Amino acid sequence: MSAPSAPKKIERGTITKKGIAADHPTWCPGCGDFAVLAAFFKTLEKLQFPQEKIVTLAGIGCSSRFPYFVNTHGGHFIHGRSLPFATGVSLGRDDLHVFVFGGDGDGFSIGGNHLDHAGRKNIRLTYVIMDNFVYGLTKMQTSPTSPQGFKSKTDPMGAIDRPTNPMRKLLSSGATFVGRTHATQIKHMMAMYERAINHDGFSVVECLSECVEFYKGAFDAAIPRKGGAFEVIDEEEHDVTNMASALALAEEEWPGKFGVYYQKKEPTKNELEQANIEKARIKSKGASDLDLLKATFAAMK
Amino acid sequence: MSSDVSPSPPRSEELVHDAVIRLAGNSQDGIQSIGGFLARLAGRSAQEVMTYMTIPATISGGPSIFQVRMGSGEVLSAGDEADVLVAFYQHSYENHIDQLKDGGILLYDSDHVEPKEEDKKYLKVGVSIAALTVEALGGSAREKGKNLFTLGLLARIFRLDVEKLRGIFKDRFGGKSEDILRNANLAFDSGYSFPIDNVLDRYYSFQAPDESGPPQVTMDGNTAITLGLLTGGVRYGSGYPITPWSTIMEMLRAQLPKYGGLFVQAEDELAAVSIAIGFAYSGRLAITGSSGPGISLKQEALGWATMAEIPLVVINVQRGGPSTGLPTNVEQSDLLQAIYGSHGDCPRVVLAAQNVKDCFYTALEACKIAREYSVPVFVLSDMALASRIEAFDEPDLEALTVEPTLDLEDRPEGYKPYDLKRMTRHAPPGTWIEGGKFPQVTGLEHDETGHPSGNPEMHVKMMSKRRDKIKKLADSFPPSKIFGDQEGETLVVGWGSTWGPIRETVIRERSNGKAMGHLQIRHVNPLPNDLEAIFKRYENVVVVEMNDEGLYGYGQLATLLRAQTCNPAIRSLTKTDGLTFKIREIMKGVQEQTEQA
Repeated sequence: MSAPSAPKKIERGTITKKGIAADHPTWCPGCGDFAVLAAFFKTLEKLQFPQEKIVTLAGIGCSSRFPYFVNTHGGHFIHGRSLPFATGVSLGRDDLHVFVFGGDGDGFSIGGNHLDHAGRKNIRLTYVIMDNFVYGLTKMQTSPTSPQGFKSKTDPMGAIDRPTNPMRKLLSSGATFVGRTHATQIKHMMAMYERAINHDGFSVVECLSECVEFYKGAFDAAIPRKGGAFEVIDEEEHDVTNMASALALAEEEWPGKFGVYYQKKEPTKNELEQANIEKARIKSKGASDLDLLKATFAAMK
Repeated sequence: MSSDVSPSPPRSEELVHDAVIRLAGNSQDGIQSIGGFLARLAGRSAQEVMTYMTIPATISGGPSIFQVRMGSGEVLSAGDEADVLVAFYQHSYENHIDQLKDGGILLYDSDHVEPKEEDKKYLKVGVSIAALTVEALGGSAREKGKNLFTLGLLARIFRLDVEKLRGIFKDRFGGKSEDILRNANLAFDSGYSFPIDNVLDRYYSFQAPDESGPPQVTMDGNTAITLGLLTGGVRYGSGYPITPWSTIMEMLRAQLPKYGGLFVQAEDELAAVSIAIGFAYSGRLAITGSSGPGISLKQEALGWATMAEIPLVVINVQRGGPSTGLPTNVEQSDLLQAIYGSHGDCPRVVLAAQNVKDCFYTALEACKIAREYSVPVFVLSDMALASRIEAFDEPDLEALTVEPTLDLEDRPEGYKPYDLKRMTRHAPPGTWIEGGKFPQVTGLEHDETGHPSGNPEMHVKMMSKRRDKIKKLADSFPPSKIFGDQEGETLVVGWGSTWGPIRETVIRERSNGKAMGHLQIRHVNPLPNDLEAIFKRYENVVVVEMNDEGLYGYGQLATLLRAQTCNPAIRSLTKTDGLTFKIREIMKGVQEQTEQA
């Protein structure tokens, strides 16, 4: 980890590129994650939330180093549990803009169960999964998205387990915004992040982000300058509120399409809990904490 | 009961100090409610009360008991033996008759129980409890209500305050349909007016209690913990269901919205602790909790909370282990897991509640310590405390209630979350930092600003920062209080729910002329600083705890105390039968340990 950059003063009120960047990333040169970070900065510059209200959270992995590189309140939690951690932050403080960054191991393997439940609960936050199809931080083991046949240190004869289909997994989690993008497509990434952030609910974007050290060329099939095709979803034809059609897109052959697979407004847990609180407050006629406690003890006499 | 007994009133009225009533039946018989009513009555009569229950680990049915000890003096344990045994079935009679005192009353359902003819040690009172209940309620096919019929019988035997009991029924059933309250009263009246006088040779009557003190509140240990957390300012939490912790999360889920907070039922224990840590990171005092197996699952994240210096309250309602173990029995085998369960050197605070009242005050103290020292604080309770009911003086809520605040005041330029010279006080998200350099909160070893640091010197410094604040907490403890002899023959040491049985043992042994003291340790990590000096004043120090003697012959606290004080006089009395200590077990065990010394 490089030393912290010299403190630079920034003024309250405006997010600038200089003011939102923190340490220089520790990623390998050529890593796709640099572009994800750059697109995130540009999106924040555009949206101009109060900087102190932005919180950047992560679990463990190369991509999960993200919070150190963003100058916002940040939390670097344990492997696989960034979503429940972020759930507490979002439900505890509805005034914040909560962002979670992580990789395929963190999201689909060790943290897979949490994805299903953060989705089901429709927690108000934005989650970016930087998917590189390999474990990079631990130096090349098979990941849940590694394709069959991929040779890694844990699969020297080639991976035999079927990979997770990220889009199908995200759609079935109950996430109310599911998008897919590619780290070589800055404008598309920014559009996806902006739409995800503006979505009121659990919004998740899978971003294919190449690991140049351990899985070079993994995503060439979706890079036009390398002979691939970056095919974007035509929203005139695809109804983003239609789950069946989203699932059909998820079943398309590699490299598949990019864009918004699914988006639907559903009540967030944040809203529903707030409604419960308001109902309870009306019932107790807004009694003070002390009055509430006194009443509870009186019932124990 | 034979009908040819002449209807003469009982010969005498015996004034009693306290009485132990054991109700034995099946788990669906409602015997817990009889116990609950008796406990509440004791509370309203300024009497002391303690209950004890066992429930089967099966999903429905199975033998179950509820024991109530109530009286006018200090009630310290649920009692070794019963004055009255109520047996609903033959198995209830057979399994529990040994627990009835010689000369006690066996009250049994004569349609289901056939006591041995030759057994003359008890007064046998047979009543067709189930049949008479059905009759009283107008021929309901089910026996629902026989618990209240039985309560009526007990009210007659013990001359209980019927008006107060009716008030309690009204509080309990009044909110439901009128039929339910009416049926409750019908069943009770039928039991109360049963001519039990014909066979009793005496009534019992409690000595008048001292009603001059503050009003009493009656509740079980899990309720007391919940109320302690609410009073201490906890407004956010997350958990996953597991016996015997679940009732705490159920109460918090229902209560917290009234206070503007919320409790999240998580998908698993890992998520539960992580959500609670998320609340804490966002500036809210939060709790999570579980029982042994769930606590094991939380341990990695709890290590993060120590490393990141996050305040958090963690409740562990212990049960019999290891693994799924004895899920509805009592054990104190999670002490070392609470102190050392996370990987790495991971100092944190562990408190142990010693009775129901103390569940309230310990939870309250845990909130205060978590906030002041920015650290995870464990509260250890156990299966016995969780479900047992006691009455205690109503706490001074005006003085104790903490209204939580969210501190989002601007922080000055150069703000460092992990300042080596100060106690960590996090700036929650939403806080503006002058100069605009925002902090990171992390599980990697870090420097004062929260940046990852692999510098060996920094690791040593941060390790001491996390350790020294816990030592500082120990410096703030008041001197340890010893009950009984302040020096001499034997000091009996305990932690947690063994408080009552140890205290009662020491009282009895002192009246037998032995020089004995009792020390119950509430702060088990860090331990008080004065223990070494205290232990030196006794010939024997016997540590009593409900866990295994381990590979080296010492229970978990005994092991720690020997390590802390290097005192060879420390001996260990342990047991793992899943039941609370009886007075005679402690008397015998302490005797044996001191003879060996």
